[in-house]
Amino acid sequence: MSAEPVVSVRDLRVYYGTPRGAVRAVDGVSLDIGAGEVLGLVGESGCGKSTLGRGILGLLPEGAVSDGQVLYDGRNLVGMSVKALRRLRGPDLGLIFQEPMTRLNPLMRIEDHFRETLDQHEPGLTDKEVRKRSLETLGRMGIPPTRYRQYPHEFSGGMRQRIMIALALVLRPKLLIADEPTTALDVIVEAQILSILADLRDNFGTALLLITHNLGIVAEACDRVAVMYAGKIAEEGDARDVFAEPAHPYTRELLRSTISLDTTELHSIPGAPPDLIDPPPACRFHPRCPDAMVVCATKDPVELALDDGRRVLCWLHGPEQAIPAGGTTPLEREEIAVADEA
Amino acid sequence: MQTKPEVRTNGEVLVSIRGLKTYYAIRGSFAQRLLGREAGHVKAVDDVTLELRKGEVLGLVGESGSGKTTLGRTLLGLVPATSGSVEFEGREITRMSERELRVLRREMQIVFQDPHASLNPAMTIEQSVGHPLEIHKIGTGAERRRRVAETLETVGLAPPEQFMSKYPSDLSGGQKQRAVIARAIILNPTLLVADEPVSMLDMSVRAKILELMLGLKRELDLTYLYITHDLATAKFFCDRIAILYLGRVVEIGPAEAIYDDPKHPYTKALLRAIPEPDPRRTVPRDLPRGEVPDAARPPLGCSFHPRCPSAFEVCGWESRDLRDLLETRWAHQEEAQYEAERALIDDLTVLDAPSAEARLKAGQGHSAADVVALLERAHEDDPSEPFWTGVRSMRADGGHVDVEWHEPVAPRPLPRAEVTVECHLYDDEALAEAERRRADATTRSG
Repeated sequence: MSAEPVVSVRDLRVYYGTPRGAVRAVDGVSLDIGAGEVLGLVGESGCGKSTLGRGILGLLPEGAVSDGQVLYDGRNLVGMSVKALRRLRGPDLGLIFQEPMTRLNPLMRIEDHFRETLDQHEPGLTDKEVRKRSLETLGRMGIPPTRYRQYPHEFSGGMRQRIMIALALVLRPKLLIADEPTTALDVIVEAQILSILADLRDNFGTALLLITHNLGIVAEACDRVAVMYAGKIAEEGDARDVFAEPAHPYTRELLRSTISLDTTELHSIPGAPPDLIDPPPACRFHPRCPDAMVVCATKDPVELALDDGRRVLCWLHGPEQAIPAGGTTPLEREEIAVADEA
Repeated sequence: MQTKPEVRTNGEVLVSIRGLKTYYAIRGSFAQRLLGREAGHVKAVDDVTLELRKGEVLGLVGESGSGKTTLGRTLLGLVPATSGSVEFEGREITRMSERELRVLRREMQIVFQDPHASLNPAMTIEQSVGHPLEIHKIGTGAERRRRVAETLETVGLAPPEQFMSKYPSDLSGGQKQRAVIARAIILNPTLLVADEPVSMLDMSVRAKILELMLGLKRELDLTYLYITHDLATAKFFCDRIAILYLGRVVEIGPAEAIYDDPKHPYTKALLRAIPEPDPRRTVPRDLPRGEVPDAARPPLGCSFHPRCPSAFEVCGWESRDLRDLLETRWAHQEEAQYEAERALIDDLTVLDAPSAEARLKAGQGHSAADVVALLERAHEDDPSEPFWTGVRSMRADGGHVDVEWHEPVAPRPLPRAEVTVECHLYDDEALAEAERRRADATTRSG
């Protein structure tokens, strides 16, 4: 990781207004992503992963408000005007979505998609340069030049996703956010796309935030991983370290519930992620945590830096002086009905 | 905590599928339909033979487009079979009337992938889960209500009173899938077809639903057909596995044998592609190229040959593979080099019709010898590319180049110990035939 991060997120909050109250989808998140680094963002559905990804790019729906800092190139993107943000999107900040077909215009040739994108952000380019840049990027994604003039429907699902990635990369963005880019794809094509994303850091030096619910993908494609729960980062660190020895019980339970070829015993996390309008007090994971202590239900956990450069938000790691007397007693909890679990 | 249960099957056959074909007609143009001409068909299920034994879980594994869902639906009579036979407890399903099928459906139920789409949003959980009772006119209102409550409890939606009056939108994804399973088991079926029942759910919920299904299987003596693209859950869940590719079973056998010693190159590829959550165990993978081809125009010979790293002479190499080869080469070239090579060949679309022979026209201002030189260069650049084993001859003929491939041999099911595999690598006759053709090609060139 380079010394200067491409993007620094500091205490970012994104709330949605609803008739029932504010949904605190992202609630005080801090992250850095360096040039050529792939950061995986994992967690169950409804933990705020996608909102965080969009929040970083300032792409929020109506009724959402954000606060905090997203520092990019010396500027804070939070509170920046829509117009200024739009100028940054593309050449600086890119986004890859889950469903590629909905993002490509069925009436436009692949060529026209690239021309439009490049015209908008780099109006000085000649036709020849546009073609050269586009073919080069498409070629890296394995799309042959012979298909440059074809329409989106003439491509397979995996190829469309590659075209989408190429469309984001043709502007050479410094930061790319990929929101479940392979979820709609078959396992072999998924693996192909992941190897393409992993090549990004070598070929483009792009900083990549890869949002996924699949821990296997993170292990394969990411340098670092951030585990998100109920709007907060529970744990963040080197992907190998985190997976080999999870510091947060949520990470550990997520890993245990992943079904892999080595699974001989099924495991699941009791309960479900909380309603973010009215999340549990103190540590938000305490109602589902097998290791919960009395303090976890009464006092907000403090973020701690561990020796290996990891940070974790969990009372199990202290600080001891902040835990009140008797705070480490195991928490007695009501049985969770099976139905609440799923 | 649920561990994989022992197989308790007495070997009695519940479902027997023989030579099953399910084709979908492709709708052609208006004129074609007017003249009664067909535009062709998609062989979604293409000559499948397999058995489902009482009490077992058979996994049907494949990517999208493999025909796994169509096979499941044909088995339930939801899609008409084109030919072949499906016997359920000795009764032939494919020729049954809708009325006969309706009676039989009390014994065969299905759980779909998307729990959100499987429940009517305007019906309460009680109405949805009790709907099969109503359709089959079973019990009085009070009896139905009691049966719904019992079933909800069985699937873990307890206390049932808390769920009966709710609508699907009030439930989480996992709870909805429990309700869908409740609806599927309320008639006490023998067979449950589960089509990707957990793939839309979060990892943390998947285990719970699989646990529930394993529990139900024991309690209710069910037999499962588990349709999935996920070899990891299938390994845990299934007693036997059938690997499907483009409508055909390419490998079938006990789960252990398939995972410990996969035989078909496609099975090997699927296993290699699974992301491994333990970073200490990640291995570099060589993935098969491309994607599942269009089932309306399947490759010649073995359907997997264009993606297969081990394909050889007789696997079905053909014109479209040459086009793919050239395009892949060009994708990785500088623009100028691509332009120069592309100009050597006139029209590439002559390669689009599947054929073991092709006649390429040299581009304007270029000779057939230039085209042959290009092909030879491509061969030299990647000598290990299996495509070249399939080329029988390349000859310049005036302004054209005639390329001829070895005649494809269709793969056939081969019993090998516990598994049956459909691949020429295990077929002595196909290997011998390839040997003969290699010798023949050497004689010609020499």
